[in-house]
Amino acid sequence: MSTESAVRIATLLPDLLGTYGDRGNATVLAARLHWRGLAAEILEVPSDSPVPLGCDIYLLGGGEDVAQAEATRLLRASAFPAVAGHGSTVFAVCAGLQILGTTTVDASGAHQEGLGLLDLATRPGRHRSIGEVTGCADPALGLTDSVLTGFENHAGITERGPGTRPLARVTTGTGNGDGTEGAVHGRIFATYLHGPVLARNPALADHLLRTATGIELAPVRLPDLAALRRDVVTAAKGTWRRRIRSALLPSAWHTPGVTARDRRSRPL
Amino acid sequence: MTATLERAQRSETGKPDMRRSIRTRFAVGAGRFVAWLSRIAGFGGHVIGGRIALLLHPGCLAELACGRRIVLVSGTNGKTTTTAMLTAALRAEGPVASNDTGANMLDGLTWVLATDPAPTVVVEIDELYLPIAVQRVHPVAVVLGNLSRDQLDRAGELRDTARRLRALADSFPALRIVANCEDPYVAFIAAAFPRVVWVSVGSGWDGDTGNCPACGHRLAKRSPLHWACARCRTERPDPEWRLTLEDPDTMLRTPEEQPVPLRPVLPGRVNEQNAAMAVAAARLLGVPVERAAAAANRVHDIAGRYRTIRTERHTARMILAKNPAGWAATLEILAANPAPVIISINANEADGRDTSWLYDVPFERLAGHTVLATGARAADLGVRLSYAGIAHGTEPDPLAALTALEPGPVYLVSDYSGFAELRRRTGDGSR
Repeated sequence: MSTESAVRIATLLPDLLGTYGDRGNATVLAARLHWRGLAAEILEVPSDSPVPLGCDIYLLGGGEDVAQAEATRLLRASAFPAVAGHGSTVFAVCAGLQILGTTTVDASGAHQEGLGLLDLATRPGRHRSIGEVTGCADPALGLTDSVLTGFENHAGITERGPGTRPLARVTTGTGNGDGTEGAVHGRIFATYLHGPVLARNPALADHLLRTATGIELAPVRLPDLAALRRDVVTAAKGTWRRRIRSALLPSAWHTPGVTARDRRSRPL
Repeated sequence: MTATLERAQRSETGKPDMRRSIRTRFAVGAGRFVAWLSRIAGFGGHVIGGRIALLLHPGCLAELACGRRIVLVSGTNGKTTTTAMLTAALRAEGPVASNDTGANMLDGLTWVLATDPAPTVVVEIDELYLPIAVQRVHPVAVVLGNLSRDQLDRAGELRDTARRLRALADSFPALRIVANCEDPYVAFIAAAFPRVVWVSVGSGWDGDTGNCPACGHRLAKRSPLHWACARCRTERPDPEWRLTLEDPDTMLRTPEEQPVPLRPVLPGRVNEQNAAMAVAAARLLGVPVERAAAAANRVHDIAGRYRTIRTERHTARMILAKNPAGWAATLEILAANPAPVIISINANEADGRDTSWLYDVPFERLAGHTVLATGARAADLGVRLSYAGIAHGTEPDPLAALTALEPGPVYLVSDYSGFAELRRRTGDGSR
């Protein structure tokens, strides 16, 4: 990529895949380029606009099941599968991860073909995984800080095929469901982590920028970041205590909608 | 509805306690005792009292509700204010029981019904608990202001919530809904009911209204006050009531096109919208429009929200904002005054533990204010502010942050648990 022109970051379908604050990933990438004196441009691509060609980074966020099905349909018919990973870098979160895979079966049992950009398939898990996740990033990525943290909120269990490496090994939380988290194949990266994940893990953000631009980036210091990374790792450790406490509370006090068991026990 | 009204009037003459079963009286008595213990121990009593009663006798809620005229106020934002305004409007006509403490789950509802025998009850209820509350207490009406993303870690998907609420129409076709027609999710729910009072409150935060609640197709907007789905033909219902900006006042137009001025004491456009919903609901329950509007306009303190706390050197106006929609309204209020802003984010269980939503709030608009990031998750907020390009200080304790500021007026914006903590620490916890 040339350094003179602005780095173009496309946020795909924010109206469908913008439920969990993942637009923050675009904000983070653009800001980290600006801080190093590089120009960046964010393009929001709503569902009634064509996917622009020639962007340096394409971002996909998390969304609800109905929105995900609609987004998959739109993206399959668009130019995105042809340009993804070929000269461009792709970073997908949650529903975005599932869309990049080969197939997805959602909670209602509906079966949908994905974009097939990553060798992975998703089926519904027994309960929704909600909470802090910590993981250890794949050493092959060479991140400057290998601890990954984020917040997961999904019902899918994802199985990777042999052509796809995981992004991280999970130390707390669910991730893909087999002890790994996310997927990487060439310039295509995917994860279940929100937070937004790039705000929480600047080393991963810089790795994406390095992949997209080919430029070695000088480190930047953010005032609250060390405290944030310490806080979330502590919060992840408290997850079990909370789970035990909520299991002991009578169901009438329980927040509905958290687990599949809750869903079944609800009268509607 | 007239049958319900008559029943309600009959119960006004007899003491409702007389008809309670032994089991319910025992459960409520035990609840009262624990609530009393909790209060002398320095905690609130509204939630624990209701919890104990429900635990001892889950059926007590249905029994306590029997024969009373109940209105449930729900939605993501503005429940507490709309409830306070509707309660004020109905109190012009007679006694009303209400949960003015913001305890908005089944336990809070139980406690209101157990402790206040008034024949009319106006209660705010968490949108996730609305289906079960409707089944237990058989309300005459439900007021639905809006539905947007909030606490996704406990609520799951917004569409799921909407579908569960919509399914209520099968079992409760006579339920009256007072609904905001600008919100596609509210419209999706209310349209399933045969009798709906549609209110147009003008546009609000629209981050969750991009695609059709029914089919997921992108919604087309011909104007700010229009939305329609090209695929499944769902579109914005025609309102009977309209909130309009007319010089110099905001007017509420009744179904008969009568203009009623709305000038709430509470700040911001969002409170005019809450007042419009409350007035439309009050009229449905038989209160004349002018009286309802006057009562709603006068509401000035809702469980400490918008309250000003005074210390020796500062006057701090407290504002509750806990999700992107609430923050959109709050940023509008903050823009009117260059005072410093202290933001507190705790992200406790009651707030939702996921702080991702902070990136859906355009904090860039705080440029020009002195901003302090506080609360248990001050660091999350601080990082967010850095990415928004807002210079700020970080101090976990909001009151310590307050003392660090120059004397003068300050805005103190907090999420739910931070707000409760601030009220307690500033000597307002007993209410």
